[in-house]
Amino acid sequence: MTNPNGRFGVHGGQYIPETLMNAVIELEEAYNHYKNDPEFNSELSALFNDYAGRPSRLYYAEKMTKDLGGAKIYLKREDLNHTGSHKINNVLGQALLAKKMGKTRLIAETGAGQHGVATATAAALMGMECVVFMGEEDTVRQALNVYRMRLLGAEVIPVKSGTATLKDAVSEAMREWTSRIADTHYCLGSVMGPHPFPTMVRDFQAVISKEIKEQLLEKEGKLPDAVIACVGGGSNSIGSFYHFIEDKGVRLIGCEAAGRGIDTFETAATVNTGRIGIFHGMKSYFCQDEYGQIAPVYSISAGLDYPGVGPEHAYLHDIGRAEYVPVTDDEAVCAFEYLSKTEGIIPAIESAHAVAHAMKLAPEMHKEQTIVITISGRGDKDCAAIARYRGEDIHE
Amino acid sequence: MSNIKSAFENGKAFIAFITCGDPDLETTAAAVRAAVANGADLIELGIPFSDPTAEGPVIQGANVRALNGGVTTDKIFALVKELRRDVTVPMVFMTYANVVFSYGTERFVAACRETGIDGLILPDLPYEEKEEFQPVCHEYGVDLISLVAPTSENRIAMIAGEAEGFLYLVSSLGVTGTRSEITTDLASIVDIVRQNTAIPCAIGFGISTPEQAKKMADISDGAIVGSAIIKLLEKYGKDAPKYVGEYVKSMKDALRGCTMD
Repeated sequence: MTNPNGRFGVHGGQYIPETLMNAVIELEEAYNHYKNDPEFNSELSALFNDYAGRPSRLYYAEKMTKDLGGAKIYLKREDLNHTGSHKINNVLGQALLAKKMGKTRLIAETGAGQHGVATATAAALMGMECVVFMGEEDTVRQALNVYRMRLLGAEVIPVKSGTATLKDAVSEAMREWTSRIADTHYCLGSVMGPHPFPTMVRDFQAVISKEIKEQLLEKEGKLPDAVIACVGGGSNSIGSFYHFIEDKGVRLIGCEAAGRGIDTFETAATVNTGRIGIFHGMKSYFCQDEYGQIAPVYSISAGLDYPGVGPEHAYLHDIGRAEYVPVTDDEAVCAFEYLSKTEGIIPAIESAHAVAHAMKLAPEMHKEQTIVITISGRGDKDCAAIARYRGEDIHE
Repeated sequence: MSNIKSAFENGKAFIAFITCGDPDLETTAAAVRAAVANGADLIELGIPFSDPTAEGPVIQGANVRALNGGVTTDKIFALVKELRRDVTVPMVFMTYANVVFSYGTERFVAACRETGIDGLILPDLPYEEKEEFQPVCHEYGVDLISLVAPTSENRIAMIAGEAEGFLYLVSSLGVTGTRSEITTDLASIVDIVRQNTAIPCAIGFGISTPEQAKKMADISDGAIVGSAIIKLLEKYGKDAPKYVGEYVKSMKDALRGCTMD
């Protein structure tokens, strides 16, 4: 899918300051070496299985299936991974790689805090220093995760610039990386940024679709009819899609955060409302104004509150291989409550965007068909915010 | 080929960076004129961007103030046209790739040519991606300025070999902003640059005092100053042009004391 310059069609590339070029070249060379190294791969598999709890379960949501009265619904339980989300897959891969490269310090951006917690966890495990940049607004929305990161030994730096959310945390982590390269690896949390990050992060997350394929073949003897996942930067979705891209009969559906609706300015649905641009190291789709100023996007979900999308998603959209649908705050909150009550599974508000779309799609499909929804993370972190959304003031 | 070479014909060059529209475009115009009247050899006009990832807090602040004041790329082209009635020194734009790309690269570069912009500095455009903009820049005679950083090492010769206008040597790791000390071995980087190109090489990032400017220009062809000027605009607002003029004079005076190669 990727050409040597990290392009996905016209998207991707390496639009970064010269100061960082040798760092990303060094990273690319190291990654190309270690991805084929049996020892690296067996160490990573051991971490995935023994530490993160892989393979994650593929659970048949029988009550939900019966209630919706259409396609058979399976949930890919990334929420059951250690640290509570799919983020650990990428982080273990990058931390192990950074360690092999001789780096002693990890820096990361985080939105909801899931990637920051995962990075702090890997740093603790591998004896590395860790600094996490988090938008100041998100440190308030996700105060519990800030405490978790500190508990794990990381330093959390609230970012006050711009809109004080995920995009500003990425910018600040990039600035930090340009000032300290020799001992520091930037552990980017999604399939975005300059090459090789979109490819490397995808490869570490591709374990999700590899497992779905094996597990569903075992349970149903066939491939799914649709795979549904939420898309912010797009790491759990590309991980869920990757091994199905060549299987043209499998619909791949990414659910974007529409916030208060794609006809409002309070949205983060990049593919649905953005246009092509160059930002954060990559060419892709971005929410922006007519002069290319990046838009202050909005979503109830801190993890999807990002004005861009990974370049491989932009490409899958261009060639019509994947569909990108908007899901509003309200629909996501309803799905959050629905899955909790129906299956006893509290999904992350990010993942609830995927659940919401499946609730619309399943009844339109036949009973013999199957849908896999990736539950990218668990929703404990979101309970206080959802309670507030429903007008209930609870303290964490 | 642009007019940029002429900026390096009055001894060591002093290059002043000013963010357009901070606090408003009238002040920008007055600050540019004050800088030129006091010896600035080249003006870098910053087109503000919402997310300037290569900038430290001072220039980030200028970007926020300018955008909040309603400045746009079109208004900045109008400013350049107005400045060109009497400002003859070379002027270049410093902005981010998306500002140019989103405007339409050809439309943007054609407007540079038409209004009198000599070059373009895009800090998020490394050598590997310059094909995105360079063919159009060549067509319209606008120089795409290359940057070399302390981490460039094996890349310096490649970058310098294809550089045009002047080569922008980044003094230190990190983002823009004043520094008390610059520790990079810049002289040896300049040596490699000299072996690979005849175009001038100016040093920027972190320079604020006349002593630093002299030290940097002693080993190169000029000094670039941004954050120190922006701090004056931040402090004095509409009254800043007078202070910018005094500051530029002190810096250019220091450069006159440099040893010439």
